[in-house]
Amino acid sequence: MHRFANPNRFLRLAAAIVPWSAAAAVLLFGVGLTYALVLSPPDYQQSETVRIMYVHVPAAWMAMGAYAFLALASAVAIVWRHPLADLAAKACAPIGAGFTAIALVTGALWGQPTWGTWWVWDARLTSVLILLFLYLGYMALWNAFDDQSRGARAAGILALVGVVNLPIIKFSVDWWNTLHQPASITRIGTPAIHPAMLTPLLLMAAAYVAFFVTLLLLRTRAEIAARRVRTLQIAHSRGPAAAAMHEPGYS
Amino acid sequence: MSGLVTILRRDLALASRRGSEASLALMFFVLGTVLFPLGIGPDPNMLARAGAGLLWVMALLASLLSIEKLFQADWEDGSLDLLVLSGLPLAGIVLAKTAAHWLVTSLPMAVASPLLALLLNVDAKGVAALSLALLLGTPTLSLIGAVGAALTVGARRGGVLLTLLVLPLYIPVLIFGAGAAESAVAAQGARAHLLVLAAFLLAALPLCPWAAGAALRQSVE
Amino acid sequence: MDSLASFLQMGGYAFYVWTSYAVTAAVLAGLLVATLRTLRAAERTAAILERDLPRRRRGRADGIGTGTPTGRD
Repeated sequence: MHRFANPNRFLRLAAAIVPWSAAAAVLLFGVGLTYALVLSPPDYQQSETVRIMYVHVPAAWMAMGAYAFLALASAVAIVWRHPLADLAAKACAPIGAGFTAIALVTGALWGQPTWGTWWVWDARLTSVLILLFLYLGYMALWNAFDDQSRGARAAGILALVGVVNLPIIKFSVDWWNTLHQPASITRIGTPAIHPAMLTPLLLMAAAYVAFFVTLLLLRTRAEIAARRVRTLQIAHSRGPAAAAMHEPGYS
Repeated sequence: MSGLVTILRRDLALASRRGSEASLALMFFVLGTVLFPLGIGPDPNMLARAGAGLLWVMALLASLLSIEKLFQADWEDGSLDLLVLSGLPLAGIVLAKTAAHWLVTSLPMAVASPLLALLLNVDAKGVAALSLALLLGTPTLSLIGAVGAALTVGARRGGVLLTLLVLPLYIPVLIFGAGAAESAVAAQGARAHLLVLAAFLLAALPLCPWAAGAALRQSVE
Repeated sequence: MDSLASFLQMGGYAFYVWTSYAVTAAVLAGLLVATLRTLRAAERTAAILERDLPRRRRGRADGIGTGTPTGRD
């Protein structure tokens, strides 16, 4: 892990990976969308609306996976003080928030024709909504301080607190639902997956993952560059002699 | 230990001298509760059904309003730096200040809740459970709020940010707290809910001051 | 043409299905565009600032240390 503490090494690795992951994303989206929209059959009960599942379910998976990555990177940043880990976490947040928003919107669009309601306060949907707020709060914390390193540490702590709380929230809302809804309520959830539907689902999920990897590497690169800009600006503002003193190579 | 008691005493003295913050939370709680029947209609059955949850949401918001200032004054005049450097355990400092906050803002609300519950026509069986739930749950709210306050001390638009950070974390406490009254009324007994609230409190007591202390430490670096 | 029409119709659920795919595409494309913009701007600025540094120190201003405890890199 510490081999990648050197940003140049990371940048070289990223430069090697990005073309491949980007190409993979394009390919997987192409094939996945073809299967999702054209080649796969409409559902017996849900007819064509089942196609929404192919963008909705992988998005929900990514939303949670991205948060797990964010929390892990934050933990690495706080515990091992790895200099790139908090940048990776910061880069991940908007992507995760985007997937969460997609999951929520497509979920509502799927729910209305299928189960007759745009939204329902069950444990899963409510937890995803809370997840969105966690992402937004995380991003807001980064931007709330003039001192970037303070924002980084605060956001990292929040990420870890959130990862503990999310299961608790899900469990609580689950309990709350059993309390408030008698058994006659239909269980809203993903239907049993027919094999012919598994292919587009997994293809789209793989496309999302390739997209996530590409974007994460690009965003981390941008964050590294932004950090470099800040340091250079400080160095410049203090004059050329002082600028020389502010670099790591100077003893 | 005596250092922490001193901090507790100091915060209590400061609060009593300033007076406005404690009464602000209580006033918000009472007046807000009174507004609801005026807003949604006085139908006793509807009020009885909604009453416990309503009181809980108002108590939660009132607690949130006041927790923002937990570290603000000390940060502004530099005493926070002194506290951090004092050598006293940071978690203990957070615990002492949070305890002071709870005593001043939430305890009066829990005491006032039976009266307000009667106003909302909450069933008598639920009133006791509700007050007990508030007593058990509001310390957890204060502790979680302290973590948020520590994270956002000195931040731009700290109050808004604090709300965004803390409200999701409040949800489990709210669910079980309001649920306690409802299940008491439904003659299922509030014991399970109260036990879960107690569990939340026992978990929050060591964890929240520790997280808040870590946040405070990096805020004064 | 009939199959294209029925494809677009999506069994009567056109609004729901196509809006879902449109929202997905919009969000993902938006993220991509925003990322590329930020990346280009940051790297351009860094290159300009670095070019203006004293010559012999060029190439060392990563701004990222090996993890100093205060994080003040």
